[in-house]
Amino acid sequence: MSPEKFVIMRHELLLTAAALMVLIVEVFSHPDKKGKVITLSAICFGLITVLGLLPSPEGELFGGMYITNAGRLMMKNILNIGVLLVFLQSADWLRRDENSEKISEYFVLMISTLIGMNFMISSGHFLMFYIGLELATIPIAALAAYDRHRNISAEAGIKLILISALSSGILLYGLSLIYGTTGSLYFGEIATVFRGSNLQLLGFIFFFTGMAFKISIVPFHLWTADVYEGSPINITAYLSVISKGAAVFIFIIVLFTVFPVIVAAWQKVIYVTSILTMTIGNLFAIRQQNLKRFLAFSSISQAGYILLGFIGGNQLGMASVIYYILVYIFSNLGAFGVVLAISNASGKENVDDYNGLYHTNPKLSLIMMLALFSLAGIPPVAGYFGKFFLFTAAAEKGYYTLVIIAVLNTIISLYYYLLIVKAMFLLKSDNPIEKFKSTWYTRFALGLCVAGIIVTGFASGLFELIRNLSFGI
Amino acid sequence: MVNFGYTIWILILPFLMFLLLGLAGHKLKPKLSGLLGTIGLGIITALSYVTAYKYFFTSEKVDEAFQKLTAFNSVWLQLTENLHIDIGILLDPISVMMLIVVTTVSFMVHIYSIGYMHGEKGFERFFAFLSLFTFSMLGLVVATNIFQMYIFWELVGVSSYLLIGFYYTKPSAVRASKKAFIVTRFADMGFLIGILILSFNTKTFDFITLTSLSGPAITQTGGAAFMGLSVLTWSMIFVYMGGVGKSAMFPFHIWLPDAMEGPTPVSALIHAATMVVAGVYLVARMFPIYSIAAPDALEVVAYVGAFSSLLAAVIACTQTDIKRVLAYSTMSQIGYMMLALGVSGYGGHDGLGYMASMFHLFTHAMFKALLFLGAGAIIHAVHSNYMTEMGGLRKYLPITHATFLIACLTIAGVPPLSGFFSKDEILTAALHHNKLLFAVEYAVAGLTAFYMFRLYFSIFWGKERHYHHTPHEAPLTMTVPLMILAVGSVFSGFIPFSKLVTSDSRPFESHIEMAVAIPSVLIGLVGIFVAYIMYSKETAIPDKLATTFKYSYKWAYNKFYIDEVYLFVTKNIIFRYISTPIAWFDRHIVDGTMNLIALVTQLVSFRIRGFQSGQLQKYGYVFVTGAIALAIIFVYLWK
Repeated sequence: MSPEKFVIMRHELLLTAAALMVLIVEVFSHPDKKGKVITLSAICFGLITVLGLLPSPEGELFGGMYITNAGRLMMKNILNIGVLLVFLQSADWLRRDENSEKISEYFVLMISTLIGMNFMISSGHFLMFYIGLELATIPIAALAAYDRHRNISAEAGIKLILISALSSGILLYGLSLIYGTTGSLYFGEIATVFRGSNLQLLGFIFFFTGMAFKISIVPFHLWTADVYEGSPINITAYLSVISKGAAVFIFIIVLFTVFPVIVAAWQKVIYVTSILTMTIGNLFAIRQQNLKRFLAFSSISQAGYILLGFIGGNQLGMASVIYYILVYIFSNLGAFGVVLAISNASGKENVDDYNGLYHTNPKLSLIMMLALFSLAGIPPVAGYFGKFFLFTAAAEKGYYTLVIIAVLNTIISLYYYLLIVKAMFLLKSDNPIEKFKSTWYTRFALGLCVAGIIVTGFASGLFELIRNLSFGI
Repeated sequence: MVNFGYTIWILILPFLMFLLLGLAGHKLKPKLSGLLGTIGLGIITALSYVTAYKYFFTSEKVDEAFQKLTAFNSVWLQLTENLHIDIGILLDPISVMMLIVVTTVSFMVHIYSIGYMHGEKGFERFFAFLSLFTFSMLGLVVATNIFQMYIFWELVGVSSYLLIGFYYTKPSAVRASKKAFIVTRFADMGFLIGILILSFNTKTFDFITLTSLSGPAITQTGGAAFMGLSVLTWSMIFVYMGGVGKSAMFPFHIWLPDAMEGPTPVSALIHAATMVVAGVYLVARMFPIYSIAAPDALEVVAYVGAFSSLLAAVIACTQTDIKRVLAYSTMSQIGYMMLALGVSGYGGHDGLGYMASMFHLFTHAMFKALLFLGAGAIIHAVHSNYMTEMGGLRKYLPITHATFLIACLTIAGVPPLSGFFSKDEILTAALHHNKLLFAVEYAVAGLTAFYMFRLYFSIFWGKERHYHHTPHEAPLTMTVPLMILAVGSVFSGFIPFSKLVTSDSRPFESHIEMAVAIPSVLIGLVGIFVAYIMYSKETAIPDKLATTFKYSYKWAYNKFYIDEVYLFVTKNIIFRYISTPIAWFDRHIVDGTMNLIALVTQLVSFRIRGFQSGQLQKYGYVFVTGAIALAIIFVYLWK
């Protein structure tokens, strides 16, 4: 490969190099000094994130299996920012004694999944897509079982791997049907010969099922709550934000470039599933006491809102989806960051435990409030603008009923988000969470989240930038 | 072309100061935060003076007229192709003049407050709010478009609210701050409606486009009429409504006297010199539209101004709280400014009223700030607001006495102090336009001299009261601003306003009209003389007068019961017949619907909990069933 080709693939190559380097450092470092792997990985990944932001040429590799352009690069960068936040938030937790042996595994596995996601986003061929998908899924199962001595964590790993095998099977079946009827796996070629016969529709539905599993769309979401609850909190955060975001990115690309012919069909599918997803997600979220489970269901309903951006098939829709994922990364990771910090300090994870948090830890409470407001879409924080654009995109194409249902759902979601705010600020507790000081890593990560929640909301140029890189059918 | 790019710092610095003092103030020593705020404002003041010098003396003029310069502009919200909201800085004669007024008074008040607020709880909070106010006020005066002006207009409202309620543990202060906020907010609703109608018809927010003689507002003659007035006139009347609220004109003046609950420096800065003249500034800013395209609206401005000034002057004669007397005096003087705008024409010597209004705004800012700060020094010395508890203070407070006397003479219009010049121009403009309004203002001039000297004689002459401790002169930080403002009050009358700030930005010749000047000085002297007879020594005349005109005195003393009328209307009519039914609807229908949704949601979420069983085989079952169901529905059934 010529040097320019390296530049084109620099995200994947840099990440691979980083993963290998972490492994090598691990081998040669003293068992008592494993902690420095954390610093090294964080710095290294920070550098990669910054390097990724540099402009890069567009192009194709491997005969069109690998495609990159400014829009896809931006998606990768957004994921990078999210992963950086997750790394920063995990530092304290990784320093615990029980994790000291497997610090580098954490980074290697996580970077591997990120490589998978990057390949998935850059794919121009269903095989490349599938390899990326698996690379992005299987290591996560290992990560979910990271606390392998806790039964619940092991259970989460098993559940994830089994369900993902099932979904992969269905997805592959769908792909084989598409291949059988079109004779190609290249995105571009399929799009030219795809006509939407029943068999092809069936193939599409199965493909949709596979993606629905990754994005946890109802009724393919059942694994979510158990896996989210069982996994360590940072893995849950990773699953709910990065993994979901990557799947959303590639899904919208494939829908818009491969299946524009059957747009009427997939609009119906998305119409129904998005209503189901946001409603069911909300209904379950209301009843949750465990914050991880709570955030799991809230993230399911968030996926429902995101589908609203898909449905119009317009450029505004794609832009609003990408923008929403960016906002969602900051907001959800902000919420998870606080949950993680508190869980690390006190081991408490239930809503009741947060009673009176404001009196002991006012800063954390304020960050949590900001993040929850953003998730609920209260102006003027970023989440509001995110939802606003998503709903606008759907309304522009005349899906008023859907928008009204979505707005009703945001009202319901407001209720349970505010329950936590109420617990933190209004309720009193005899046994509140002790006052504690977070470490530099956590503070930095949470600071970034807060800045992100505020800045992405107010910087109107950002949305314009995303919009210029988006496309419609 | 002179470069004014640096003027953006005039806006940024006070905001930074607010953030610094607001966020980190409690960590600094109070003295340091006061000093920081004052130094910051000193820099801003210096920048403003440099800007004024450069603008008036070195910037390029076209056809003798000062140009409107956009020193900075940034598009904030792009609504449509043409309609966008910008944040920027517009320099023209009136905005540059206002920069001088705002920064000078604010600087004086900052210095004064170091002494006055010494030892108060929340010292740094006070300075943070002062910075916020200064920022908002400066943003208001340099606004390039009416929407930016509206934003900062609300911001000054907020800072005024915060500062009136500075003593937030005092119920009367809290009530007053709420009252000020609600009354002005109500008026601002009119302002917003006006902005929307105006911008809907002209498709722009921009001041330069709006006030340009060939702009859409002035050239568009058409438009539907409503009740005999054109849409444009209506929009300008609505815009004026905002000005009426902020400038405490009748009928929205009721908040201003109560606002005196705030610390005295705040009253001097916000409720005398700067924020309350925002309404005048608003009309002046849109003056070409008022004058050329909406003369009926301008007529409203004139009559509201004249009526308010008379009403306030009469009330001021009966009040005993010295700050309230000054508050009504402020309302009366702003009435003068409004009236002057109302009787003014556009361009050349016709624009005499406009020039006079701006002139009076400038001189008034100096002498009224001086009066308030002087009142602050007096209150500081005797710990009371009531002139009935004062008397014979001239021996104890020599500097305050001298400066207060200068201010009283200035407001009474005694030549050659500044008030004489500006008031004379206003009366001249009124005489040429409308004899009735002239007569009203002439009477008000006499009343003004009377009530100011009533105040002066009762405080500094008359019988000495029993004081808790011997009153003492205020510290240097408080007396130095008094002296500086006194100098300003004496000499600012000699500024050739007709060469600098005029309706069409072109200079014209103005001269003192003896036919107006001599009678107006005479009536001022009469007012002073009457006050001297009645109040310089303890006499029975005031009481006798009060009993003779028992009813009218009582009416005026109770501010013509306007507050009570408002209370009656809100409590017995609005609350009972409008709010109560709405509240019922809200409580039963709206809340009922919401409760129903909540109930159904809870019920459903309880019913479906079985889905989430935790059993993997069940999950797989649902998964596969889901995929098949989707396939059947979307491939075969609903195609």
